[in-house]
Amino acid sequence: MRLKDKVIIVTGGARGMGASHVKKLAGEGAKVVITDILEEEGARIAKDLGKNAMFIKQDVTDIADWKHVVEKTEETFGPVNVLVNNAGIDVPEQDLDNYSEETYLKVIAVNQHSVFYGMKYVVPSMKKAGGGSIVNISSLAGIIGAYKKIAYTASKFAVRGMTKAAAKELGEFGIRVNSIHPGFIRTPMTEHLINDELVQMFPLRREGHPEEVSDLVVFLASDESSYCTGAEFVIDGGMNA
Amino acid sequence: MGRLSGKVAIITGAASGMGLAGAQLFAKEGAKVVAADIAETLEEKVEEIVKEGGEAIAVKLDVTKPESWQEVVDRTIETYGKIDVLVNNAGIHIPKGILEAELDDWNLVMAVNTTGVWLGMKAVIPHMQKNGGGSIINTSSIAAIVGGVGDGGGAAYSASKGAVRALTKHAAQWFGDDNIRVNSVHPGAIFTGMAKAAGITSREEMGKHYEGRSALKPYAGEPMDIAYAYLYLASDESKYVTGLELVVDGGWTTRS
Repeated sequence: MRLKDKVIIVTGGARGMGASHVKKLAGEGAKVVITDILEEEGARIAKDLGKNAMFIKQDVTDIADWKHVVEKTEETFGPVNVLVNNAGIDVPEQDLDNYSEETYLKVIAVNQHSVFYGMKYVVPSMKKAGGGSIVNISSLAGIIGAYKKIAYTASKFAVRGMTKAAAKELGEFGIRVNSIHPGFIRTPMTEHLINDELVQMFPLRREGHPEEVSDLVVFLASDESSYCTGAEFVIDGGMNA
Repeated sequence: MGRLSGKVAIITGAASGMGLAGAQLFAKEGAKVVAADIAETLEEKVEEIVKEGGEAIAVKLDVTKPESWQEVVDRTIETYGKIDVLVNNAGIHIPKGILEAELDDWNLVMAVNTTGVWLGMKAVIPHMQKNGGGSIINTSSIAAIVGGVGDGGGAAYSASKGAVRALTKHAAQWFGDDNIRVNSVHPGAIFTGMAKAAGITSREEMGKHYEGRSALKPYAGEPMDIAYAYLYLASDESKYVTGLELVVDGGWTTRS
């Protein structure tokens, strides 16, 4: 039980990587708050996990929703120990000189603003708890960029940067902040992008699976990584090695 | 069921500091540990691990010598039948800068810290290939990323650790096909024998020395912080991770 009684919020926890994180974290003894705009799926996961899990409908771009999530979490389980900023969207490739401003702003809102709001609104709670761990899911795109994905790239670089700024500032409160940079992980969001030609280019010759990222989330959520902060945890099958 | 159940792990520099913490933790998590070191104190440390219920053997190792590596590999295969994990943790530091260092100092640091890492990988990889895969963990340093106080004034140390970072990526690319993962760990200021040798007597004292460099109190880490990083990388939990620089530095490299 590497996370016994830790209170953990996972955004975008209703499917894909988020759902996998929720299950692994709960398996290690955590009290997990699952948030998502997908109500049915999220509620089902919480129900299956029992009394140590709760689903709260949340639009991560909505400040009022963030306040509500933190309040409800404290009410039910206590001060927040860990926040996993996992919610994110990707959109199809688009030429830069044709890139829709509306799409750009939407991607920034969901992937970047959410991380700022999340960190801002959990910090007072983590201070109450005497410290904590913030895990921001960025991407390989946040290190090397992504072809014809200017908005996704911008948002993920931002997450990487904000992680470092927050790490410097929050260290004195015992709050660690780290970013995870997945390469190609098979989820509903990425399935259509994965093919044999692509994965043969990676040293490990395959795409990754959500559970593999979840093991990394567990490491960063737990006290085992208590001296890690401001760092980039790349999990990409060696693609960027 | 331990996180390393069924795994055979060689750890170099296992007689003290981060290597010893790694050996103790690995044994607790069910690994069969081959603890290797040039130090005479290795035997008694391994006895303590066995007394606590762990499975471990001690083998003398001079990481700069291919024959010595051969002995370690032979003893490992003889005793445990395979090699799943290698932690190239052994390392030395000589606080001489570019102008003060002599050829002998430079060559010694490079031999232990870099050549030793290559020789270790060369010795174990054929066995990992036969075994269907493996995990190699090379101990680098924040000195591979930043210079100055973080490298303790060691010019050869910086060069040697930078080499380990690059060599790790090379190995990750070329042996991914064999399902061999290769990652580097980059400790920041950690209170170990290396610090004691520099005259620092406690973790808190070390932390005061480095206050402002790390964002997290007490501003210096301890061997277990690195041992847990070794554990994550050695286990199947990290099976999609290769070529990673796992930095454990309390934020040092973010210039806190």
